[in-house]
Amino acid sequence: MMGFKEKGVLSIEEFEETGLLPPRERLEKGPVALIECPEEIPCNICVEACPFHAITMDKVYTLPKLDFEKCIGCGVCVPQCPGLAIFVVDLSKPDKALITLPYEFLPKPEKGLKVKLLDREGRVVGEGTIVKAWQYDKTWAVTVEAPRDKWWEVRAIWIPRK
Amino acid sequence: MEPRDYRIYEHPIIDFRRGRKITFYYDDKVVEAYEGESILAALYAIGVRIFSYTEDGRGRGVFCMIGKCSSCLSTVDGVPNTRICIEPVREGVKVYRQKGLPKIPEKYGFEEIESRFVDTDVLVIGGGPAGLQAALTLASYGLDVVLVNDHYKLGGQLVKQTHRFFGDRRFYGGIRGFSIAEKLTSEVLKHRNIHVYLQSLAYGFFRDGVVGVAVSGREKMNLLVKPRAVIVASGASERLLAFENNDLPGVMGAGAAQTLMNEYGVKPGEKALVVGSGNVGLIVSYQLLQAGVDVLSIVEILPRIGGWFVHAAKVRRYGVPILTRHTISRVMGDEKVEKAVIVEVDDKFQPIPGSEKIFDVDLVLLAIGLQPNYTLFSQAGAVMKFVPELGGLAPLRTWYLETSIENLYVAGDASGIEEATTAFIEGEIAAHSVAIKLGYGGSEAVEKRDKLLDYLWKEYRESPVVSRAKAGKLKVTVSEEEMEKIRRGEY
Repeated sequence: MMGFKEKGVLSIEEFEETGLLPPRERLEKGPVALIECPEEIPCNICVEACPFHAITMDKVYTLPKLDFEKCIGCGVCVPQCPGLAIFVVDLSKPDKALITLPYEFLPKPEKGLKVKLLDREGRVVGEGTIVKAWQYDKTWAVTVEAPRDKWWEVRAIWIPRK
Repeated sequence: MEPRDYRIYEHPIIDFRRGRKITFYYDDKVVEAYEGESILAALYAIGVRIFSYTEDGRGRGVFCMIGKCSSCLSTVDGVPNTRICIEPVREGVKVYRQKGLPKIPEKYGFEEIESRFVDTDVLVIGGGPAGLQAALTLASYGLDVVLVNDHYKLGGQLVKQTHRFFGDRRFYGGIRGFSIAEKLTSEVLKHRNIHVYLQSLAYGFFRDGVVGVAVSGREKMNLLVKPRAVIVASGASERLLAFENNDLPGVMGAGAAQTLMNEYGVKPGEKALVVGSGNVGLIVSYQLLQAGVDVLSIVEILPRIGGWFVHAAKVRRYGVPILTRHTISRVMGDEKVEKAVIVEVDDKFQPIPGSEKIFDVDLVLLAIGLQPNYTLFSQAGAVMKFVPELGGLAPLRTWYLETSIENLYVAGDASGIEEATTAFIEGEIAAHSVAIKLGYGGSEAVEKRDKLLDYLWKEYRESPVVSRAKAGKLKVTVSEEEMEKIRRGEY
């Protein structure tokens, strides 16, 4: 079967196997981190990045573990992850999904901007609006409003040049 | 030559701080440049793509950008065969493109160059992650260190890495590569007992423990260093792949494109094809996108992506396809790359007829692997081993990183290709080992070294994604007792 090592795209089933997919009820309760890090790479930056000590790791290369109850979805880890592999999803609103993702391109993101929503393969799957954007060492954490049913698909934004 | 400026002025991650504007001469034409640029970077920025010609007139483009290949050999102020990729541009310097082999210059300008003898505790060769970490660790023991670096800047290949490093914060995880280079460089320069020689090439070992170093730049000299121990952290060079027209300008090592765009802020091209999906290929593709270069595809001959998933995901979500079971078959173009042809391969890596695809690109980046810069070890007479997992020849060494030549140590990619985090760790292990051997640090030093060795072998290298490099390193690592036998010729 073609998996993420063949395609560079993570399926929700593969993600679920890592134990890092928050249960549906948790996603609907409010923002929570999705640490999309399915390989045992030697890195533990997220552990110290989390102000709530919600992320733990046995050894530098083992998969991170996320305590979904300790995680408040603040997104502090999003721009700090060297692999840009952490996202925050919030399904607490009935009509939309709020997705926080890392962004390292130009032009700069601004609150209120309309952006193209890209899926894991770079396809435009809709339009969204930036509701929050902040920066950590040049990497932006951008929160966008997206169609609710696209919460697993949308993983990047593209901001059209003015 | 098009009157264009290929410099990048707006970048999402890097603030390019350019020096003062100066002028120099290229084939007698006036060229504008910024201080801090290498001659080649300044020429690339105005559209020059051919930096030398073969005897029969084939143009040579950029390949390595770090002073290892011979594509850019030029005559600089009368000195032939100068590598202009690592030669800083200076006001009024006269540069000529070479065709074939140059003539012996009538006046050398070397007559007054003197030899200078220097005694030191430790000579560190190479100012990249391993060398810098080694120098700092040695200095912390109060040892006197001579650090020689062929480039005019310290930092090795850290300077062109824009991503935040992985690993643990203890070894600079979470900090961008170029920021680590700045941090370590400034720390090294603060130490009074580290003597840094830039634009300085260690060219060989001599009798009585003397190492020759050719120091160029403003204060040229033949530096003859007599150290008690040597740590060679000479890094690695990119490999070339055989395909039709692979010498056409526009075909370059992935690292060369990184140097151009991330170190000098010069756009390497407009449309790129990247060959190889290891971390280098994936990372360079993402950096190309950040620099405003289109990446039409990454091709990978194996059925799986070579690098880490997180790096692959970063480029996939911006629409870059990764074509596994594909390789490049040829490039076409008049004087420089205009098209690249890729082909699908079968299970035996043979091209499948009729599967060719053509891309309109001006850039083909090779990210197919590196090979250790091993020549100093060979010249010193160290026992070497060819290990495919390490990218080529590497010296045998003990767990403490001492080679079969006593007091000659190895660290970083020169010890076998791995990555920057292990280069820092190896640099530090080698430095502790040297200090211990020279009688410094006592049991505390031994404890520090053993803790690091434990972390490196029993934790970091336990990660399945680095298992290949680990297997390679195990093939060249022997115990002290085995090394003694090897030294006596019993192997």
